[in-house]
Amino acid sequence: MKSTRRHFFKTMATGAGTMLLGPSAKAMSSVEQFNGYPERVGMLVDLSLCIGCRRCEEACKRANQLPPVEAPLNDSSVFEHTRRTDAENYTVVNRFANPQPNQPAVYVKKQCMHCEEPACASACLVGALRKTKEGPVVYNPDICLGCRYCMIACPFYIPAYEYHNPTSPKVRKCTLCYERIKAGGMPACAEICPVEAITFGKRSDLIKLAQAQILNNPGEYQNHIYGLDEVGGTTWLYISKVPFAKLGFPTDVGTTPFPEYTRGFLSAVPVVFVVWPALLGGFHLFANNRQPAPAQEDGVTRNDEETEQ
Amino acid sequence: MNTHISQSIMSREWIQENLLLGKPARTYFRGLVTPLNVVAAIIICVGLPLIVSRYIFGLAAVTHASNNQPWGLFLSWGLFSGVPLASTGFIMAATVYLFGLRQYHPLLRPAVLTGFVGYFFAVVFLLVDLGRPWHLPYPMFVSFGTGSVMFLVAWHVALYLSTQFVEFCPAIFEWLGAERFRRWAVKVTIGATIFGVILSTLHQSALGALFLLAPAKLHPLWYSPYLPLLFFVSSIFGGLSMVIIESTLIRRFLPGRMDPANHRVLDGLTLGLGKGAALTMLTYFGLKLIALAHGNHWNLLNSGYGAWYLIELIGFVALPCFAFVLGVRRCRPEIVRFAAFWAVVGLVANRFTVSMFALNWQLPHREFVSLKEALVVATIFTIELLVYRWVVNRLPVHREHTRYKSARKRHLVQAPQPA
Repeated sequence: MKSTRRHFFKTMATGAGTMLLGPSAKAMSSVEQFNGYPERVGMLVDLSLCIGCRRCEEACKRANQLPPVEAPLNDSSVFEHTRRTDAENYTVVNRFANPQPNQPAVYVKKQCMHCEEPACASACLVGALRKTKEGPVVYNPDICLGCRYCMIACPFYIPAYEYHNPTSPKVRKCTLCYERIKAGGMPACAEICPVEAITFGKRSDLIKLAQAQILNNPGEYQNHIYGLDEVGGTTWLYISKVPFAKLGFPTDVGTTPFPEYTRGFLSAVPVVFVVWPALLGGFHLFANNRQPAPAQEDGVTRNDEETEQ
Repeated sequence: MNTHISQSIMSREWIQENLLLGKPARTYFRGLVTPLNVVAAIIICVGLPLIVSRYIFGLAAVTHASNNQPWGLFLSWGLFSGVPLASTGFIMAATVYLFGLRQYHPLLRPAVLTGFVGYFFAVVFLLVDLGRPWHLPYPMFVSFGTGSVMFLVAWHVALYLSTQFVEFCPAIFEWLGAERFRRWAVKVTIGATIFGVILSTLHQSALGALFLLAPAKLHPLWYSPYLPLLFFVSSIFGGLSMVIIESTLIRRFLPGRMDPANHRVLDGLTLGLGKGAALTMLTYFGLKLIALAHGNHWNLLNSGYGAWYLIELIGFVALPCFAFVLGVRRCRPEIVRFAAFWAVVGLVANRFTVSMFALNWQLPHREFVSLKEALVVATIFTIELLVYRWVVNRLPVHREHTRYKSARKRHLVQAPQPA
């Protein structure tokens, strides 16, 4: 179904312009394959290791100068409700019941996935969100309008907004500790994790590591690395012994990079600008000069358009 | 004579004649106290403090500030419904100037004014809804996100607002008695019309294209690669219906502001517009079916959302379309007028569905509208109506300026009459 949709975009669907000039619009929208920056970093989470200590939440708040965690780390009542990220919590850990009987609950850390081709960045009309070559998707509040289209576009429901801030509201989300990475460090959550459920490294290395983990423990892990192909690939990769659909992961997001979905429409825009003047001007000429004007009224007819309003 | 008028533009006589409807100031202001104006004043008195509080305490003061549902009533009403209903200007300008159907000339200026006011207030709604409204010019001058559909929407709404202002300039210059400027404004008519149609084609469809980026969030019955086309085509019958509604309301409530000649041809023109609306709605109905077939989610029709989809498709597309046909076939303008109201309600329902109800349909708990949000919308909409009435009362919109009467007469003769 996905390939049908994608194919459909490239061929005809998005604008009246494409209907007139299908082939050329198709040529314009043909996409160069982007395989990502080679040295980009990644984060691998082994969900079977996470103990739900929420120290990553605490470390994240410290690293990003956010207010301290609301509930103490040993307070398990926070797990009674599934939480999402918000303007003061760039990462949250949720608990999910294990569908297999007599197995421990599964804790899932949630934060920005830092997509390879981010929907939020392609949604932003001023380029306030951008994918860095190191991997993180970063945000520049100084040019943001606050239209919140990035929040609509994000398939993982991650970006949050400072609705209570009247003068300088910002879109807030995990930065993958971009400054720390540039300085040679690692994100605060990966550094603090006491059970090494989070591994920081080159994304290409982490994929091999994840594959090895699945292969070396036959029958234990789901044969799927979440984030390897989802929405065209993400910086964060997850492996799990429980199906991802049972753990709150959106499984209907497809493998198409999200910018693809609007590329066809945007390709039709210049076509309309070039073709419409000729087409509409033609209508105008046809409609207003059906018959040659009688000689004696010539001047009147020619000035018709200008004198009337 | 013209220079005399423009020189004395701020004189007492000029103000009385052109701003106070020819009445002495005291009589004019006493005359403002009418039941409708009192209701409007009450709405505004409640709403304005709420709008002020939004700028002092942030968006959370008037909206329910949801991270899951970041767009609310301001955009569903002000942008996603307001813009397609303001397509009147480009449709009637194309009808008269590009397709040469000059008998519709009496409805051109009202249509351009409806469009201009509609877009202007769409921007007002944006200024309330944007987190940092003072950054509104940034996509034009500071930083360019050219890969974004929203970038296109921003540019086009700005450009088209300016274009419609130019298109309405002849009326303003007639009012001000600035003949030279008027002639200059009339000269760019064809160019402005073509530019306006280009911009409208693109941004009406772009409003639909915005949701192409939410394939996993928008309900599959409404998510379709055809969204841009559906939004564009529905904006056409939306605009035609709005022209019908606008002229109906002006004839009903401000009959003195409409030329007697326009009164006479209005029924015939309404039937003609109804014909256009019926054809466009039929096209839209066909496209909806194609989109449904292409999506291949027939099984989802057997669900709550599916029921709403069918109500929308039958009750708000097929039936109003049928009502238009009925009104045209029987030459009954009042049926066409009823159908126009119906079609507009249907279009608004569709935009609310796509931008609100069917978005994030998988999330368990969703709030759509807070009371304060609705009050702010009511306030801005009230101001919009007052502005519209203010202009129609003063400028030559539904009537001709005494000095330009003769030029247009011959179109009126050609207008079709109801049988």
